[in-house]
Amino acid sequence: MDLQQQNISDNNFESCIKCTICTVYCPVTAVNPDYPGPKQAGPDGERYRLKRPFFYDEALKYCLNCKRCEVACPNNVKIGDIIQAARIKYSSHKPSLRDTMLANTDFMGSMATAMAPIVNFTLGLKPVKLILDKVMKIDDHRTFPKYSSEKFETWFRKEAAEKQEGYARKVSYFHGCYVNYNFPQLGKDLVKVLNALGIGVRLLDGEKCCGVAKIANRCIDEATRDGRQNLKAIREAVERGDDVVATSSTCCFTLRDEYPHLLKLDNHDVRDHIELATRLIYRLIDNGDVKIVFRNDYHKRVAYHVPCHMEKLGWTIYSTSLLKMIPGLEFIHLDSHCCGIAGTYGFKKENYEYSQGIGEPLFRQIKESGCDFVACDCETCKWQIEMSAGVSVLNPVSVLADAIDVEKTMLANSSPS
Amino acid sequence: MENTPRKEYDVIIIGGGATGAGTARDCALRGLKTILAERLDFTAGATGRNHGLLHSGARYAHTDPESASECIKENIILKRIARHCVEETGGLFVTLPEDDLNYQDAFVNDCFKAGIHVDVLDPKEAVKIEPAVNPDIIGAVKVPDGSIDPFRLTTANVLDARMHGADIITYHEVIGFEKSGNSITGVRLRNHHNGEETVIHGKVTINAAGIWGHHIAKLAGVNINMYPAKGALLIFGHRVNNMVVNRCRKPGDADILVPADTISIIGTTSTRIPFDEIDHMEVTPEEVDLLLREGEKLSPALAYTRVLRAYAGVRPLVADDSDPTGRSISRGIVCLDHAKRDGLEGFITITGGKLITYRLMAEEATNLACKKLNIDKPCETAEIPLPGSEPDSKDEERRAHIIELSTEQKAAEGRHGSWTGKIESRSDSDDALVCECEQVSVAEVNYAINELHVHNLINLRRRTRLGMGTCQGELCACRGAGLLDKHDNCSDRSLKDLASFMEERWHGMYPVCWGETLCEVQFTSWLYQGVIGLGDSHL
Repeated sequence: MDLQQQNISDNNFESCIKCTICTVYCPVTAVNPDYPGPKQAGPDGERYRLKRPFFYDEALKYCLNCKRCEVACPNNVKIGDIIQAARIKYSSHKPSLRDTMLANTDFMGSMATAMAPIVNFTLGLKPVKLILDKVMKIDDHRTFPKYSSEKFETWFRKEAAEKQEGYARKVSYFHGCYVNYNFPQLGKDLVKVLNALGIGVRLLDGEKCCGVAKIANRCIDEATRDGRQNLKAIREAVERGDDVVATSSTCCFTLRDEYPHLLKLDNHDVRDHIELATRLIYRLIDNGDVKIVFRNDYHKRVAYHVPCHMEKLGWTIYSTSLLKMIPGLEFIHLDSHCCGIAGTYGFKKENYEYSQGIGEPLFRQIKESGCDFVACDCETCKWQIEMSAGVSVLNPVSVLADAIDVEKTMLANSSPS
Repeated sequence: MENTPRKEYDVIIIGGGATGAGTARDCALRGLKTILAERLDFTAGATGRNHGLLHSGARYAHTDPESASECIKENIILKRIARHCVEETGGLFVTLPEDDLNYQDAFVNDCFKAGIHVDVLDPKEAVKIEPAVNPDIIGAVKVPDGSIDPFRLTTANVLDARMHGADIITYHEVIGFEKSGNSITGVRLRNHHNGEETVIHGKVTINAAGIWGHHIAKLAGVNINMYPAKGALLIFGHRVNNMVVNRCRKPGDADILVPADTISIIGTTSTRIPFDEIDHMEVTPEEVDLLLREGEKLSPALAYTRVLRAYAGVRPLVADDSDPTGRSISRGIVCLDHAKRDGLEGFITITGGKLITYRLMAEEATNLACKKLNIDKPCETAEIPLPGSEPDSKDEERRAHIIELSTEQKAAEGRHGSWTGKIESRSDSDDALVCECEQVSVAEVNYAINELHVHNLINLRRRTRLGMGTCQGELCACRGAGLLDKHDNCSDRSLKDLASFMEERWHGMYPVCWGETLCEVQFTSWLYQGVIGLGDSHL
């Protein structure tokens, strides 16, 4: 039979052999009986939606977009993409004011940093939380991440930019909204570590939000516009010889995979140049290109949590291997389990209960681990774990920044080997 | 649900296809005491094994104008009386670069003469409204084709016949006739489940057994010159096209692609076969090859879309009585009054025709039966909607509410129309899905078992689409068997039923078993042979 040699179409849902392993791995199915599960919401539902869009089921909004279904699938069906694409294409519900506000992390961020102390104070007030809960349906159990009074970009230009030109090797840093508006320290930590390793850091020209929150809240036009700008900036960086690194697993995953799959933005020319900072650092050390020296007085018990998009990227091994290099770091590998926040998902009142239910086994394991803190490559996991398990969470890059002996590392990398 | 048959009827109908069920409905509506006996299950013959095409008649406009005008009339009637079985997809007749565009002009003219409303489209416009069609087409005509679900249609006719007092029995085969002089007075039946034989009497017996009617006629002592013509078709895993796509040329092989429920069907072929093959047809590699090769010309997407299964049906071709050589084949409907033709009183054969003209065939047979019985009541089947297609006064309200329904509830609405309310869901476990691909719930299965003459998994599949989806029974067959077992209480029979159901699914997958379908089959065999331990001993 010469015909049908490649009977695989773009509709790769046809490759689903209905083994249902995706549903077993779905964190939502386990806690929310209203969610049909990835198999039914994805490949099964797609057949009906192709028959008529009428068959679209609004329960697809419960999908976290964690992509654990795709990791579990033995036949490489893009289940999570099928579900997100269906939400984008068929949902008749327009994004609400709340969804739009949650989605526009960059706009909200730049407004908030300008008045950070007031905004942080106000968002922490009980009556304000109550209003957010009742009017906006943002759950009042949630703590908003604090806004910083100085943007990372501002700090970088003032304090760091000039020095970077002195390094022979440079990378461009996609810092993301969280580092820029909420937690510039992580960006500063990255600059510290990379500089110690003899690598300069540059910013992208006109970085926009990666768009993950806009995609989740179906503000697709805005996400696509931002995506185009980001790809333009990334191309410029790659052309000047830089690789692009991120400290957020979700930003990194979005730039690499959600752009072509959901926003239909072609990034194949630069995709391989976008990676996580921990992966770059690990590779350089592993190749013998750089050396890293740690303080010998560092003593911490650290539990590592695998964010869903880290699982999907398949890059957990880089972050954990780096952490394990630190003498005096007692490493605990937590079970790979979704924390339940999924970006803006857990902020929504209708999802709060499911969000906490999903994360419960993880919170329990963290509490029982006796760790000093949790290490994790995702900022939204950080909010969720800090709120729900009462343990602070650090990005592996910040852990490196704390444990590294800067002077000895610089020395090791300056002497010709 | 199936009453023990009484012994005396006005009309006995043999055959549970669309024609038999339609005839039972018509007879019952006209007040005749009616019984329908089916050898196996409804739609087990040609009714369940065709294209599911709601012809506009355009296909026959050039070659057979009489059939064409019958088709368009019935097309309009069915859209009214069988709304829940019909999808008004519209259809295209496209001219490929290798075909003659002059045919299109003649075709349009013939359609006009037959009363079929057609629109000549710019080929580019046609590709826009049906993106699956070959973009290289040089001509396109829009016609009122659609798709029709033969399983639903037959079930609805059976339900209405029953509601009007008809008795319906399945798994009863006619093994002989009761005669008095030159008159048929009844039939002898064998119950396939327990082997018991019974005799029922009827003033008129109508042979509506399709190609099997040849054998029935022989049992009655008359001869009809019939030829079984096999037609093979392929089912694709999802909707490739949303309009019927036909090739604008003299009817040939593999030139119609029909969107049917969740899938698309390409067909068909036409091969004369001997009578001993009509109960076990195989689709050959040559037929699969031909269907794919020609099908890809209509819609290039077929080249890379998963093929779910292959199947074949038998057209009952009837030789014209006026031609003693038997070479000239009657097109259209054949209604034989054996009293006039053979001197055999009380016996009618209704055959030939097409799925879409089943109602007209039923009307002709019933008219003849009424004449024999001296009953003067007009046919009403063209006006009264079938159960499930009744006009809904709360239409608007239902549409508003349906937005909030889950996919499986919407799927059930599609299958049972306005009768969906009879599916009672009392608990969460009733809402659970049995068949995930086709979205069939526990409640729907129970409704089918209780109300729709279901004895086994194959019956259940025909009533609900259970096992018709992408996994071909992999996930649902054992669940369905479990539910049937609750009603039946015989695990031995359930296991045998499960094995024969899986065997039947495999039979259709075997001819197209490559790529993803091969993976699926392998996985299914691990589950059913490896995990459940089902094997040859259960068959």
